[in-house]
Amino acid sequence: MTASPILLQGNEAVAEGAIAAGARFFAGYPITPSTEIAETLARRLPEVGGSFIQMEDEIASIAAVCGASLAGAKALTATSGPGFSLMQEMIGFASMAQIPCVIVDVMRGGPSTGLPTEPSQGDVMQARWGTHGEHSVIALVPSSVLECYTLTVEAFNLSEQYRTPVIVLSDALVGHMREAVVLPEPGSLRVAERGTPDCEPEDYDTIVSDLDNILPRPPLGSPFRVHVTGLVYNRRSGAPETGDPEVASDLGRYLREKIYHHRDAIVRVEEMEMQDAEVAIFAYGSVARSARAVVKWARAQGAKVGLVRPITLWPFPTAAVEHMAAQVHTVIVPEMNIKQMSWEVQAAVGGRAKVVDYGRVDGKLITPAEIKELVKGEFYYQDWED
Amino acid sequence: MSALVDEQKLEAAPHDGECKPPRIKPHTTSEITPWLRTPKTIWCPGCSNGTITRALIDAILGLELDPEKVVVVAGIGCSGRIAQYLEYSTVHSAHGRALAVATGVKTADPSLHVIVAMGDGDCSAIGGNHFIHAARRNVDLTALVFNNSIYGMTGGQMSPTTHTGDKSTTSVRGNVEAAFDLSELAHAAGATYVARGTAWAYRQLVDVIAGGIAHTGFSFVETMAVCPVYYGRFNLTADPAEFLKSQKEHAVPAGKFEDESRLRERYPVGVLHHSERAEFVASLQAMGVKAREAAGG
Repeated sequence: MTASPILLQGNEAVAEGAIAAGARFFAGYPITPSTEIAETLARRLPEVGGSFIQMEDEIASIAAVCGASLAGAKALTATSGPGFSLMQEMIGFASMAQIPCVIVDVMRGGPSTGLPTEPSQGDVMQARWGTHGEHSVIALVPSSVLECYTLTVEAFNLSEQYRTPVIVLSDALVGHMREAVVLPEPGSLRVAERGTPDCEPEDYDTIVSDLDNILPRPPLGSPFRVHVTGLVYNRRSGAPETGDPEVASDLGRYLREKIYHHRDAIVRVEEMEMQDAEVAIFAYGSVARSARAVVKWARAQGAKVGLVRPITLWPFPTAAVEHMAAQVHTVIVPEMNIKQMSWEVQAAVGGRAKVVDYGRVDGKLITPAEIKELVKGEFYYQDWED
Repeated sequence: MSALVDEQKLEAAPHDGECKPPRIKPHTTSEITPWLRTPKTIWCPGCSNGTITRALIDAILGLELDPEKVVVVAGIGCSGRIAQYLEYSTVHSAHGRALAVATGVKTADPSLHVIVAMGDGDCSAIGGNHFIHAARRNVDLTALVFNNSIYGMTGGQMSPTTHTGDKSTTSVRGNVEAAFDLSELAHAAGATYVARGTAWAYRQLVDVIAGGIAHTGFSFVETMAVCPVYYGRFNLTADPAEFLKSQKEHAVPAGKFEDESRLRERYPVGVLHHSERAEFVASLQAMGVKAREAAGG
């Protein structure tokens, strides 16, 4: 039996996805264009035994999310540019202390107050490097309402599995768009549970998580009496230890490698018409919607154009880009920022193909017509029909 | 809350200043030390943070709390280090953010006794917004502030509780700003239990901390700490014993304190304010029960 489609907004889909993933705590602060996530969860979480708190600011919101997660709850917050900037401090704490949590950033034009109601992709580098110090993150980019739902579930799974903050990089267009969607049947999506370590409390400190076996942390208020710290700590005891360079190096490298070591398992990329493509469009989030239309248009006229759409933006899908670079002569990177991901694409392409960047920072979506012009430039011998 | 806490429930105060906290019999050192992870601290000789740490353990033992349900969330600074020394579930969070982290902890698991250790700058400068809002919400937390009127960890800069005229490394000619009275700030923001103790009067300190933990709602316990190395050396005395003795002169029992506001040389101690009103997490849970009934499940 197929469920009938429902009309759902991207932000509402994030909220429903969070509940489906088992999230039972949200703390946030109103900010356009993410507010519907808070509004939906304020209504929905109490119905499923969860808690919603409207905090005094975004710093407090992510701090409360960290606290709730440490006490055992799956927790999330949602915000946009200015709030995302404020959250960077505690995203760093979550990275350092290895706290599973989900941060949804519905990107809008910036910097500063910028363009509150217009879409942007200006936070993609902030998502990776916004907090200070060496760390790693996972960031997912939905390009449809359904993906707002499924990637929020996936974000929780990854955060639990790798004990890390996971960022969902939505934008004002995807967040405010309404689409008819058929949500997955309850139980049909994988939902990762936190679990408890399979050992006695007194042994916990001596058991070291390695890259292939990341142990869950017992909740606060358990016989394990855990200590959680933002200081550099000894990975073997959990105790803060700031005087030994080897301890610091071991932790710093571990925090990075626990994500990068699993890059193949984490990274998801959607490819469209790439089997024989000569020109590839590398596009993510809402811009990928325009790119998809362009690929159809080009293929209908015999031009070998394909789409590489990263669903996981961080860690960067280097392998997919390398594979693409070996095949095509040109990669077109349209994005609603100036060269933020195209630099990354260029680094992975490594001179094997031409990289054409195209950016907008005026709060307007990059349209199919604009991408068509970029494609035409790579097929100068062809007569095109619009 | 254990049965003992119920028995020792605070006497309802007819008006401010007359509430009596539970009387805790101090524990021996051999009873205290199992609750410390390490005998070593980074605190300077003469610092009163060790005294306050012991007072907290004494209060927890005296209330017979289930130690597995005790969570200490600390901020950053000298006081924040308490988290790594205590043998409970502990979080050494970020500068100023301890109360916001603790709000998440308590909401996610209301069965926990959540104690929040902060310094004066931690709580009222960088964390000032979280402080007033945690008090306004009346979250069932016990905020324990180590007030030494200075930033110690960074080497003696003025804080929001450094008094006018006081010297520090960032007020070398005397502070031109006015100081916060943290207890009155907590009260004005909505804290339902406000008490002040000193490192000098140990038993009173234990009692007012225990009173804060036993109270349901946002409890604010301001402990007047001594920092002989920075504050004392710049302003009063570098001798820890003399500094402690000065607290005896400065502290006035709440009932006998008549000045309008706390002064550098004179401040009220004991339970300063106590009232009862709806606690945040309980209200949130009650609302959830209604929401689930209305949703038909």
